[in-house]
Amino acid sequence: MTTDLINRLAKIVGPGFVSGEAEERYLYSMDPGTMPAAAPDAVVMPANTEEVQQVILLANELKVPIVPMGAGLVLSGLTRALRGGIIVDMKRMNHIIEVNPQSRYAVVEGGASQGMLKSYLKKHHPQLKHSMPDAPPIATMAGNVCIHGSGHLSVLGGSHSDMLTGMEVVLPSGEIIRTGSCSVSGEWFARSPLPDLSGLFVGWAGTTGIVTRLGIKLFPSYKHNDVLIFVAEDADLMPEIISRLTSTQVAEDMTPWMSPKPAWAKGFLHINIAYGAHTKKELIFKRNLLQASVREYIDQKIAGFLPLPPPQKGRFLEIPSPDLARFADLRKGGGFEYVGALMAIEHFPQAYRAGLAIAEKFNVSYSLGSRIIGAGHCMMFFFAYAFNRADAEDVKRASDALEATNEAALKIGGIPWKAEEPAQKQIIDKMDPNTFALMDRIRSVLDPNQIMNPGNWEK
Amino acid sequence: MKSIKFNPDLCVNCETIDCLMKCQYVTFSDIAEAREEKLKINDGKDSRVLHECLTCYSCQEYCPYDNNPFFLLVERQEEKGVLPAPKPIVEEQLRMMAPKGRITKQAVSGPVVDMCAFPMLTGCVRGKLFEGASTIVGTDIFCNIMWLHFAKNSTIRERVPQMIDNIMSFYLKDSDTNELVCFHDECYGTYTSVADAYGIEVPFKPIHQFDYYNQRLDILKDHIKPINAKIVYQRPCSNRLCPQTDQVLDEIFEKIGAERVPRKYDRENALCCGGVPRAHQRDELADELVEKNINDMLSVGATYCVFNCPFCMATLGQEVAEQGLMPILVSDLVQIALGE
Repeated sequence: MTTDLINRLAKIVGPGFVSGEAEERYLYSMDPGTMPAAAPDAVVMPANTEEVQQVILLANELKVPIVPMGAGLVLSGLTRALRGGIIVDMKRMNHIIEVNPQSRYAVVEGGASQGMLKSYLKKHHPQLKHSMPDAPPIATMAGNVCIHGSGHLSVLGGSHSDMLTGMEVVLPSGEIIRTGSCSVSGEWFARSPLPDLSGLFVGWAGTTGIVTRLGIKLFPSYKHNDVLIFVAEDADLMPEIISRLTSTQVAEDMTPWMSPKPAWAKGFLHINIAYGAHTKKELIFKRNLLQASVREYIDQKIAGFLPLPPPQKGRFLEIPSPDLARFADLRKGGGFEYVGALMAIEHFPQAYRAGLAIAEKFNVSYSLGSRIIGAGHCMMFFFAYAFNRADAEDVKRASDALEATNEAALKIGGIPWKAEEPAQKQIIDKMDPNTFALMDRIRSVLDPNQIMNPGNWEK
Repeated sequence: MKSIKFNPDLCVNCETIDCLMKCQYVTFSDIAEAREEKLKINDGKDSRVLHECLTCYSCQEYCPYDNNPFFLLVERQEEKGVLPAPKPIVEEQLRMMAPKGRITKQAVSGPVVDMCAFPMLTGCVRGKLFEGASTIVGTDIFCNIMWLHFAKNSTIRERVPQMIDNIMSFYLKDSDTNELVCFHDECYGTYTSVADAYGIEVPFKPIHQFDYYNQRLDILKDHIKPINAKIVYQRPCSNRLCPQTDQVLDEIFEKIGAERVPRKYDRENALCCGGVPRAHQRDELADELVEKNINDMLSVGATYCVFNCPFCMATLGQEVAEQGLMPILVSDLVQIALGE
């Protein structure tokens, strides 16, 4: 069976781009998170939409599971082959198809990375940028959009799925479809005013199809950029502070962070606020608006902006931020995972306290923080734990802490983001039964042979 | 705890109240009002000056009787809980700059250059100017004078003796010298002016960087290639604690062929770089100070903007460079003249 599968896949993509060897199966069996390994039978790297289509048709014929994968950096194990089958690694489909500078969107292939688009825009369209997540630059845009990711322009433009303008998708049945304006006009400017079929593929953990192209919004890239760091001591003030800062609508990104390292930061609540402008005058105007919004707290001397001379601001303006990567290496041994939970802003104090309590209970290295999405519309609150992958006890501690965090997030009213398989079950348990029934009905229509990333979003 | 050296009678009989009348940031309708506010401060009463003070140290220099008006003002701010900056900002910086206990014994020989808490500047100590020099650096020898900007005299009293003890125990005690060259004149101000006013004993001899350069230039006079350039100088707050060194700087400039072009905001009329008001959350005032300084510098047509204080350079350097002036530390300018 496996030999036959490999041979037939090789006929589709060429022998150099398929493997059933133990080495590849091992490497593709896990991601850097805590989820146990689950190896595929084969790994395939298609070069274009037609090859993706043929791979899916083959999987249907053989009733073999298909697992789509971008860079494999989701950390929650969504690209593991829980029931074996084929991992479709999209990295060869990495072309930037189009940039429309006037209507500010880009069309990219499903395997195009964040770093590639960033450097492409810097070279060819320096007046434009896209919203980068704080992931390594090899993370793909399709993967991040499909998990409802967020990034450095999320206060300005919402989550990355909000920045999606359309998709080309190979359905589990092998049909190629388009969503959004490109399905009618050939241009990729918006998802409206049509029925929003993109929602069939975003947040589904790869269980409804493989995205081969997508359109994403671009934004002005400013000549002048600045960051402010607001510091407070009382977590109960944070929702109002966030509300006031976002009410100015000048920030591009706002990321609260609370960490015991470095030691000077322990116990303080920080908010990094990034913003940009075409001129210095405009930059100062925006800074003044931000400062005025929280002046009341400054005048009471209970919170304020950390003084940072210009040379010290550079590291806080780096995109992606290097800080999470530094934390990820805290314990050495390559293990890092976090629970990111989408939740309402007013739950910030509860989430913060729950994170501290869990870190203490499980004795894990932690970093807490969040990314504000939209003008204070919600946030992705993250509870990050670093661990040593070579230390089984350390992995277990982190894994237990993550499970407890998922429970805590749900209890608070949040929803674990890009939830790993066990957390998906926790979510389903709390979900309106009719909602889950509809999800099942949709999948049975789209994927009658149940080949798409089975094991995810199942009871 | 020793109280600050201060004689209230000197102020009562003062004819000028220069400490407040010359202030560039707090204004008074007349000398009577200034006197009233000064006497309130002296008596431990609340005064608007405690709240409006920029903490620029200038009144230390303006006082004709060396009666420590600024140190007293900071003392009163702390006593009354008048925080120039929000509490979390002060507390977080207190932790950042706290001694880390990472100091280890290191064999040093003269000249020993104290780089304060600026490890990134140790590369400045090089070449003929610093021939044979040893450097010491880190938060375990941080001079702690910055707390004058944050109403934290108590931290100065607590930490400075510890820093002095560290400098002696870990470095100077077993060395061939009892002298410490202060690369940052805040350190020099701490070990002279602050130590004297606060009654802190200093067992070594602090040497100001300008005195050191001046002496070295005499030794290295045959190596000097005059730079023949106009310069503007950004005098820092801490130099108010050692105003005599400003004349030494003039001698240095003369020796290396640098013309210190007169400008409005130099000498006794020097204007804050803007760094401290930002910490005090007074950014709009800081913007104004930066603009005034830059416009003043540009109006006199200089090539270099010379900094004494690394923090001033960090605050103003980028802006200065964007306006076409080259920001440079005094030591680097001297080294250019020495062909290095």
